Amino acid sequence: MTIRIETPSAPRFGTLLRSALATAALLVSLQAFAAGGAGALPQSGANVHDIASLQRGAQLYVNYCLGCHSAEFMRYSRLATDLGLSEEMVMRNLAFGDGKIGDPMSIAMDSDDAARWFGKAPPDLSVIGRSRGADWLNAYMLSFYRDESGVWNNTVLENAAMPHVLWRLQGIQEPVYETHTDGGMEVRTVAHLELSEPGLMSPEEYEDAMRDLTAFLIYLGEPAQLQRKHVGVWVMLFLAFFALLAYLLKAEYWRDVH
Amino acid sequence: MSSDGVNNERRRFLIAATSAVGAVGVGFAAVPFLASWQPSARAQAIGAPVEVNVSKLKEGQILKVQWRGQTIGVLKRSESMLSHLPEVDTHLRDPSSADSEQPGYATNEARALKPEFLVVNMHCTHLGCIPQVIPQVGAQPFDADWKGGFYCPCHKSKFDLSGRVYTGVPAPTNLKVPPYSFVDDQTLVIGIDPEGTA
Amino acid sequence: MARTEGKVAQQANALLDWVDDRLPVKSFWDDHLAKYYAPKNFNFWYYMGSLALLVLVMQILTGIFLTMHYKPTAEEAFASVEYIMRDVDWGWLIRYMHSTGASFFFIVVYLHMFRALLYGSYRKPRELLWVFGMLIYLLLMAEAFMGYVLPWGQMSYWGAQVIINLFGAIPAIGEPLVEWIRGDYFISDATLNRFFALHVIALPVALLGLVVLHLTALHETGSNNPDGIEIKKLKDENGVPLDGIPFHPYYTVKDIFGCAMFLLVFAFVIFFWPEAGGLFLEHDNFVPADPLVTPEHIKPVWYFTPYYAILKAVPDKLMGVVLMGVSVMILFLLPWLDRSPVKSIRYKGAWFKILLALFTVAFIRLGMLGMAEGTVAQTWETRWWTFVYFAFFICLFFFSKNGKTKPVPERVTH
Repeated sequence: MTIRIETPSAPRFGTLLRSALATAALLVSLQAFAAGGAGALPQSGANVHDIASLQRGAQLYVNYCLGCHSAEFMRYSRLATDLGLSEEMVMRNLAFGDGKIGDPMSIAMDSDDAARWFGKAPPDLSVIGRSRGADWLNAYMLSFYRDESGVWNNTVLENAAMPHVLWRLQGIQEPVYETHTDGGMEVRTVAHLELSEPGLMSPEEYEDAMRDLTAFLIYLGEPAQLQRKHVGVWVMLFLAFFALLAYLLKAEYWRDVH
Repeated sequence: MSSDGVNNERRRFLIAATSAVGAVGVGFAAVPFLASWQPSARAQAIGAPVEVNVSKLKEGQILKVQWRGQTIGVLKRSESMLSHLPEVDTHLRDPSSADSEQPGYATNEARALKPEFLVVNMHCTHLGCIPQVIPQVGAQPFDADWKGGFYCPCHKSKFDLSGRVYTGVPAPTNLKVPPYSFVDDQTLVIGIDPEGTA
Repeated sequence: MARTEGKVAQQANALLDWVDDRLPVKSFWDDHLAKYYAPKNFNFWYYMGSLALLVLVMQILTGIFLTMHYKPTAEEAFASVEYIMRDVDWGWLIRYMHSTGASFFFIVVYLHMFRALLYGSYRKPRELLWVFGMLIYLLLMAEAFMGYVLPWGQMSYWGAQVIINLFGAIPAIGEPLVEWIRGDYFISDATLNRFFALHVIALPVALLGLVVLHLTALHETGSNNPDGIEIKKLKDENGVPLDGIPFHPYYTVKDIFGCAMFLLVFAFVIFFWPEAGGLFLEHDNFVPADPLVTPEHIKPVWYFTPYYAILKAVPDKLMGVVLMGVSVMILFLLPWLDRSPVKSIRYKGAWFKILLALFTVAFIRLGMLGMAEGTVAQTWETRWWTFVYFAFFICLFFFSKNGKTKPVPERVTH
């Protein structure tokens, strides 16, 4: 009827792509802004896709954490499936007493008692990986120290109610203080920690162990993440193929218009 | 707008291809939604196999346990009870359990792995009531020639001591037998087939 | 073969006629798709409407399935969300689709609204279309807010606390009103339960109704386009707009492609970045609600932060709430604030481009500042951008009538 240009006009992939990229860049910068001020913690290096690391982390969790910290939303059966362990192995090595494989990782301790003993009940750690993140958890477990009065403290979470349950493994760290003036007031802060009494593990071994425990806590926060990314690749490939077909279809019809 | 030089064949092909791939996509997308109706991990954990200790069970006594929301009865039968079973065959709708639900290892006259223990889903196959257990032989208001068995008070269905349904009652098939196996002589576990039979 | 095929087609047509005598299928199809003429020069921005519809459908679908497993009680809500994430087959996917969908809804709607700003889509005769759109936006904010309360994490709880208390700023009736909204003396089970009812039934029904009105108004006036020209002015001998093309098949196939591209991005976030680093799912919301402990840093989800920044920038409770309310409500007035003789940015002078650029920067920057801790410097910066935000509307009103414009062509440019 009217204009007919031989070559179909530029597919506008460019505009689309640019807009998508701009939106993504904006989101990333927003996110960085939102996360800002959290204070830079060293990267944990925990890898949630390292199954052997998760297995070691699970062992540590059961031996040292599960006494006080339940993981009510996690079932032993899920642990067995995801960590590539047999149900029997999980029941023998990880679960206590006469529990069943489908049971959640609960604790026997009554939370009211616990609140009396520790000042506050030790929280359930099912989703701690999602609220705190790997770097914080890892730094926290490396940063326990014993102050002059012989009380456990932590540089990442000051006056934490939790005692250093892993001190036999890590040994005992003591603080080296520094003083500086802040608005005329003398403030004493912990400059760094020094190992005053070695533990069963060397510092390197302990750091590796905490990386395993961190990886496990991250996994514990969202067990589906192991499966999620795997499914995602196929979904993306399928959608890309569909988008290509849809594009060809659109281009074919739009010959009429251009 | 111009419609000259339109390649109709290519259009038809692309419509078909896009529709087909789109339909496959919708099919894939439906899977998670349908699958979310499956028994969840919690339901599965609650429905886990149940262990039953039968060492204290006396002959003619029934022990009822819950498994997956169903009442499962474990009835200990004496030699004489078992001996009465063939006598009622002619009054039964499905004496050989051909049309009834039970695992292969319980498709026999005693409908059991070990004849002395009957493990049976207590819910009447008519409308799901729980029948009474009347193991003793002798005239009953509902049957002058009672050889022992289950009697459902809801709609008067009768079953023998193997849970086999009588003729002339509303229940269509024999009481169901759930999967079960023996851990040892006195302990059985409901919900797991014996090794090598599943 | 051919004869049987012909027979089948004949029967199918007969069935269609039978139905059409009783239900206006064909005329609906023609009026809204096959003979609904849309300008042929739609660009990227015009994907957003159909995408918003796509997200709405996905939210309703995933929402229905989440409702089947979620427990709207203070006691069980948090655990039931984790139950969905872990124990329900594919529950994690359905939940992530819904949580990511909420954020994408706002991304799409913001781009959709920005399109209207670019091309003057709210101008006469589309004022009502814009008003319905704004009502959808308002309801969407209420819907998103109430949905965010449901997981009953710390941010759910304290977010609800802050937002509901905003009503307390209203003189005289404020406090009783807040109590009435909560249904208790603090945010509690009663609050959660009623928010759940509103989130899953009342607001979605109202939203759907408004979407129908929005589309009806759109199809009455016809779409605007990047040139801001009314294509209905120039028609051929059959009454078809010269610059119009039938929505079906041209824009249906185009929108299918748009949906596919959108789903690619959407799927990427769901499968590889569902928390979006704390933007879409906030870290503190993975801590169960605790009425005794306030999180260190309360902020709403990103799509509310521009307005939240304005609230924070005002050192007076009532004035802050009023200014925040005005900052949203003033958008309703756009059709009457913009008095330019041309619609599209393409034919407006530099004055509009500068104004719009400043407004865009202000909105984004306010969004970032709304998330920030709120240092003194940030508070002053927020006040500056709040000023710019409002200045946009005032300048638009005063400059648009006599601002420089370029000649608008007769026909759309392609």
